[in-house]
Amino acid sequence: MAAETSVPVDTSAAFVLGVTSLIDWAVIAPVALPILGGALLLMVRHRTRLHAAVAFAVLAATFAACLVLLWRVMGEGTQVMTMGRWLPPYGITFQADMLGAAFATTATFATTAAAVFALRDINATGRRYGFYPFLLLMIAGVNGAFLTGDIFNLYVWFEVFVISSFGLLILGSERRQIDGAVKYAVLNLIATTVFLITTGYLYGVFGTLNMADIARKADGLRESGPLMTIATLYLLAFGMKAAAFPLNFWLPASYHTPRIVTSAMFGGLLTKVGVYALLRTFTTLFPVERAVLSDVIAVVAVLTMVLGVLGALAQTDIRRTIGFVVISGIGTMLAGLAIGSPLALSGTVLYAIHSILIMTALYLLAGLMREAGGSFSLHELGGLYRSHPLLAAMMLALMLAAAGLPPLSGLWPKVMLVKAAIEGQAWWLTGAILLSSVLTTIVLGRVFALSFWRPQQALATPADTRPIDPIAGYGTVLVLLVPAVWIGLWPEPFLRIAETAAAGLADPGSYIGSVFSAQGGS
Amino acid sequence: MQTVIFRTAAPYLASLMVLFSVFVLLRGHNEPGGGFIGGLIAASAFAIYGIACGVAPVRRAMYFHPMAIAGFGLFLSAAAGLLSLAMGVPFLTGLWTKVYLPGVTIDLSSVMFFDFGVYFVVVGAITSIALALEEREED
Repeated sequence: MAAETSVPVDTSAAFVLGVTSLIDWAVIAPVALPILGGALLLMVRHRTRLHAAVAFAVLAATFAACLVLLWRVMGEGTQVMTMGRWLPPYGITFQADMLGAAFATTATFATTAAAVFALRDINATGRRYGFYPFLLLMIAGVNGAFLTGDIFNLYVWFEVFVISSFGLLILGSERRQIDGAVKYAVLNLIATTVFLITTGYLYGVFGTLNMADIARKADGLRESGPLMTIATLYLLAFGMKAAAFPLNFWLPASYHTPRIVTSAMFGGLLTKVGVYALLRTFTTLFPVERAVLSDVIAVVAVLTMVLGVLGALAQTDIRRTIGFVVISGIGTMLAGLAIGSPLALSGTVLYAIHSILIMTALYLLAGLMREAGGSFSLHELGGLYRSHPLLAAMMLALMLAAAGLPPLSGLWPKVMLVKAAIEGQAWWLTGAILLSSVLTTIVLGRVFALSFWRPQQALATPADTRPIDPIAGYGTVLVLLVPAVWIGLWPEPFLRIAETAAAGLADPGSYIGSVFSAQGGS
Repeated sequence: MQTVIFRTAAPYLASLMVLFSVFVLLRGHNEPGGGFIGGLIAASAFAIYGIACGVAPVRRAMYFHPMAIAGFGLFLSAAAGLLSLAMGVPFLTGLWTKVYLPGVTIDLSSVMFFDFGVYFVVVGAITSIALALEEREED
């Protein structure tokens, strides 16, 4: 179908082949390095002593590549590389704008911290089962989803990290893990199938899968093509992935079953990929459809926020509580998407970065509480304030951050979202954001009061506690808290990243232009 | 499936199929065939051998664990993409060269190594699934 395009571009510019220098590889390195590392570990699966060291080295290199990429994106704008010199819109383009680069950097950082935590949490059996290869392939999939510029390729990366996450989820093969994994697998497969069908539909309408090309052709097809249908189906698929309200029941059913380090990465990263996909499709590709659907998204956001945190109030297992707090945070991010102004979008981006760090740290902290107190249950924990004061301090910090209180990272994104909601005259959205913050404070305050302040409980079964490791235990949570405190106390650099990302989302022209005229290295 | 005819024929059948899978793999360079279909043929060869003679002889015959073979394939494919780093072209760009030996000319390409990688991934992954299913049947 020939489409008139709203953004005139000179496609011939894409056919000029430049030389790809080493630094251009920063676009692909965050995906290629973990794949190579994961494949290597798969080959030496039984040499479990090597695994942690190799995985950590690969993750550190990946993080370095992400930082180089972020620095390049800050200096020169969106970075593009098209695979195999099959030029856009035909080849698969990797396209790192500020949004993708910032998310990939944060995700790799959180995964690196989790890999160190796994030193103690995953024993030799878990390693032989393949924990570290799965971990590396999962981060490859997550980074691929953040950095790809092709919507079918986005689907492929979704599959890569979902399949790796199945492996991580059933590590240990316990009965309740299989139970959680079945729910997780079935509902995720439904979501990816809807995603795939919609992408097929989109290809039939547009004749292209390159996201910049889709964005360019959307205006010309809006009169004749069923873009509203496609956008709604994407909302369904990605909303399910992101655990938005009516489709979020898979998350609390499965996230408390695996090893705590796996829960931490799932809670920190995987739902945020869904949020990223929503941001990408609804601002870069279908901005008009987003405006039409904004009321629907707002209702979903409010329900996700409030019902998520109310669900958290009812739980007695800390891991389930955190699972519901994760859901509530997704609602807050969707609120920014519903408002859609640049301020709201930058609030959402900053909130997602904050959420990756804080939710990973919260789960890891729950693991430490289990080590110190011998249980995940709020009925059984107690007296940790006296026995582990450092743990109490970290829990307090995470509680303030998750609830959006100063001086940690939750404050600024919520301020931005509330301000944007007031500017957009969305009073009930403002009210919902504030209400969910208050309720989050109560939820985590309850955890704090019961497990830290309450005197130690007499356990029915003797507790299998063990001393907390200073590096793999406290160290990892503290490392995750460093950027969180930084965002809280000196937010300017992060605000600049979020604002650049939001500006790039609000103006698809720069995203399109980076592929079709300034062919960075292809 | 412990009939004498099948048990006698299976090793010959399996070795023929592995040979054929290599033929299909190399043929895939210019004609229908390639790493994926070749890998499937090789994996069915191991599966047949396993059904006829039990899983343990297959594992002994393969020497490497099937998952390790799949990992090697993934590594080979990704490394074939990395070759373009040295040539100043984007990731996964096809690179071709000819090697002249006395009497023959061999065409080499990074695409071929990528396809070898696909072959090993499919052989490793499908064989390990097949062997796991056959083992489950026995106990």
